[in-house]
Amino acid sequence: MIELDESPTMVTVGASLFADALSAQVASPLQVQWAPPVPGSDADLAVIAADGRTHAASAESVRRLTAASPRWVDVVPAREALGLGPREFLHAGPPVAWADASGPIRGALAGAMIYEGLAENFEEAGRIAAQGGISLEPCHSRSAVGPMAGVVSASMPVSVIEDEENGRRAYCTLNEGLGKVLRYGAYSPEVIDRLRWLERVLAPLLGATLRKRGPVDVRSLIAQALQMGDECHNRNRAATSLLLREITPDMLESGARSEDIVAAFRFINGNDHFFLNLSMPAGKVAADAGRDIPGSTMVVAMARNGTEFGIQVSGTGDEWFTAPAPPVKGLYFPGFGPEDAGLDIGDSTITETTGIGGFAMATAPAIVLFVGGDVSDALENTLRMYEITLAEHPFYKVPILGFRGTPTGIDATLVVRSGVLPAVNTGIAGREPGVGQVGAGLVVPPMSVFVDAARALARRAAPQGAPGRSESRNQ
Amino acid sequence: MSTRVELRRGIYRDSVVLMQVSQAVAACHGVAAAIVAMATPLNLEIYERLGFDPAAVEGASPNDLLVAVRCEDDALDAAAAELERQLAPSAKQQSDGFGSPPAPRTLASALRRGGSLALISVPGQHAFVEAMDAIQAGVSVMLFSDNVPLEQEIALKDEAARHDVLVMGPDCGTAVVGGLGLGFANALRPGPVGIVAASGTGAQEVTCLLDADGVGVTAVLGVGGRDLSAAVGGRSTLAAMKALDENAATEFIVVLSKPPDPKVAERVRAAAGRLNTPSLVAFVGMGQGDLTAATAKILVALGRSPTAPPEWPAPYERAPRPGFVRGLFSGGTLCDEAMAIAAECLGPIASNTPLQAAWALGDDSQAPGHLMIDFGDDRLTAGRPHPMIDQSLRLERIAREGADPQCAVLLLDVVLGYGAHPDPATELAPAVAAARDRAQRGGRDLAVVVSLVGSRSDPQGRDATAERLAAAGASVHLSNAAAARTAVDLVEGAGR
Repeated sequence: MIELDESPTMVTVGASLFADALSAQVASPLQVQWAPPVPGSDADLAVIAADGRTHAASAESVRRLTAASPRWVDVVPAREALGLGPREFLHAGPPVAWADASGPIRGALAGAMIYEGLAENFEEAGRIAAQGGISLEPCHSRSAVGPMAGVVSASMPVSVIEDEENGRRAYCTLNEGLGKVLRYGAYSPEVIDRLRWLERVLAPLLGATLRKRGPVDVRSLIAQALQMGDECHNRNRAATSLLLREITPDMLESGARSEDIVAAFRFINGNDHFFLNLSMPAGKVAADAGRDIPGSTMVVAMARNGTEFGIQVSGTGDEWFTAPAPPVKGLYFPGFGPEDAGLDIGDSTITETTGIGGFAMATAPAIVLFVGGDVSDALENTLRMYEITLAEHPFYKVPILGFRGTPTGIDATLVVRSGVLPAVNTGIAGREPGVGQVGAGLVVPPMSVFVDAARALARRAAPQGAPGRSESRNQ
Repeated sequence: MSTRVELRRGIYRDSVVLMQVSQAVAACHGVAAAIVAMATPLNLEIYERLGFDPAAVEGASPNDLLVAVRCEDDALDAAAAELERQLAPSAKQQSDGFGSPPAPRTLASALRRGGSLALISVPGQHAFVEAMDAIQAGVSVMLFSDNVPLEQEIALKDEAARHDVLVMGPDCGTAVVGGLGLGFANALRPGPVGIVAASGTGAQEVTCLLDADGVGVTAVLGVGGRDLSAAVGGRSTLAAMKALDENAATEFIVVLSKPPDPKVAERVRAAAGRLNTPSLVAFVGMGQGDLTAATAKILVALGRSPTAPPEWPAPYERAPRPGFVRGLFSGGTLCDEAMAIAAECLGPIASNTPLQAAWALGDDSQAPGHLMIDFGDDRLTAGRPHPMIDQSLRLERIAREGADPQCAVLLLDVVLGYGAHPDPATELAPAVAAARDRAQRGGRDLAVVVSLVGSRSDPQGRDATAERLAAAGASVHLSNAAAARTAVDLVEGAGR
């Protein structure tokens, strides 16, 4: 019950007059920097707040997310792991048809069809796809995630990430490296050749290595890398190094040909983003643990396909809330500029969804130019994310914030209330098929997807929790 | 067209930095292509694609900084200068420290940083969500916001019961907790009386009268004007009574409200009877005694003999005069009480918050006879600060009444304390003097009576405020009831 003998520690929200009046009594309050929520959302927010399940459901979602213990257990072909048929293809982001697909997705699909022997060239692949000769599905619908275009086909090897907590699994292809690569929509012969090398040399080697040594603790690698300057989305240099150190002895003892081992070592060492394709499924398996809790307002997926930006929320099942994909604000490789850029794309926002990436920007001062150029901007980015998240990650820590846990578990209603949008780091794909990566930067997700999610949560609210709906609507 | 290609050994910059440098150099006037990057295989490929000569970078290693620019002949110097400027450690890249953390955007976020009591004054349709944040964090709430839907008020109070916290409000104007005044609150000394109030200015009036007699409070817990309605059923009133009953320092509990729903009134009286602490339930209003009388009962119950509340008489003789009483109030309960007292002698009092529906004022706020306006009523505060802060509407009306030959007596309230106008006498005293002058020029003696609500410790200075208003020609009364009676006595033909 209310404490009457001690002078209270005050928190104020609203008219500054009352905060001033408290300061005059030598009791300076903490004043909320309040602004009205997105117009038209107040009735939905009230219904959600009145739903007796909301508080506990969201807390349980983020508890499960942060308790996940992702391990890298194997590398196997997608047809085995995901049950992909020869004409089934996965892509990044919310569902999209060939007719609406962005340049990078078309390029990557064409490349994958060439790789699978379904087409000779881009034109033929396009004809087949346009006539419905292949089926398309989001990675997210098969417990997978894919960076950028995120295209997965049956023959591609995928890493298997298993949550030690509950046995749940998530999947992601092997990272192809930089430059002209399938995930950025490139499909030239060198791209296809590299995919074959991944399938025939690297994947069997890594699979054998993992089966020999046992699982790699991905959560532990992420936790260490965050203390070595990575945020595990746009910077994976430390994590990749740590991973290589971890698996090298077992690679050497795997019985593979030494030239293959050397090639594998060089390939991973030459690609700072190799680990991204492990941090992403690690995030996926954690986010999925928080799914499908009725009443929970936690975001369990943010993903883009170059056409649309979409989110999924725990309390609304598999429903996607989408809006046109925004452009990326960023830095471009020499010879490229904003006119060459495709719209925001990729499932890599699963990192931000699970408390790393842009949310852990304060751990990665080396890449602060993405967020405005100053270390204090990086810090501010992470601090701002605590405004829209449900918890601080128990394993992922920010050294410069006194080892405070990273802001984890986006609450869709807090986004709508505060107007603070998730900070997302990302690569920039060329807009035309075949070009590849042209830069990297920051993207601001569309607010409307969070407003739509709040609307859907309100519609599903428990029946007793509907005070104020009609009144507020009529105002 | 000039081309310059060089490899710089031993210089390393992060690729992100170099992307920015490349962009800046490429943006220079006359530059056709530029690349500044570590000489990795990927970057050498880009270099070639930009049309530079591979032979010029033979033997480059990824640890070399590759610089290549192609531009108009006369642009080379400028581009080179820009390159050096970009590569030099610039002031922009020096952090100026880490600053302070961003301000919290929601009450939930703020309460994670600490806090044991939340004061909410956002617009009514947004208040529910913020209040739920506090309740679910186990923190009691003073909810100043008005226009909160009734079902939301009930939902908040039910949630508060589940978390064993108190919701003071909505539409709660004043509270004192742990010696701290919240909202519009007077500076009150600690003492034995705990007050539960459904009426903000009523609680301020009673506590200031107690203060004048040297009696302080443990707490003033507002509950909101609707708490004792049939729908809300006294949820917060009963919880606040329990909190005060469990508080060792509280020796006497007062429940203060306008006449409530009869069934709820019964429930509150029954609950008061079960308290371990002595109590007084004062439902003030027409025919049920006034706030000054209730204060006297409290003092008697505490074993004190009440003294007459302080008065500061007008500096001239006054006698009943023809005309009408015009009351201009900022406190709703003060206005109600004055109307109840005046109506007994004078009959109908027109008002925007009338005692009887038939006495309602029109939209123009004009009426020929006796009239009292509550400027703190929702309909008059929409889009402007409360009249306890912004007196402009009242000042305007004072001037108009000074010019109205029908106006015989002007009755005003002045509420002091934290949150209120920092020095109301500075505006009111000249307005009172001017209105009296104006009336005098019309051959009238305009009587001005002020009901002053203030404690001896209020920042505006209770006595100084009273003296300045008296000097301007008003008679000033700490008791609102006494002020109302004085006003009534100053008009001729009161039905005595």
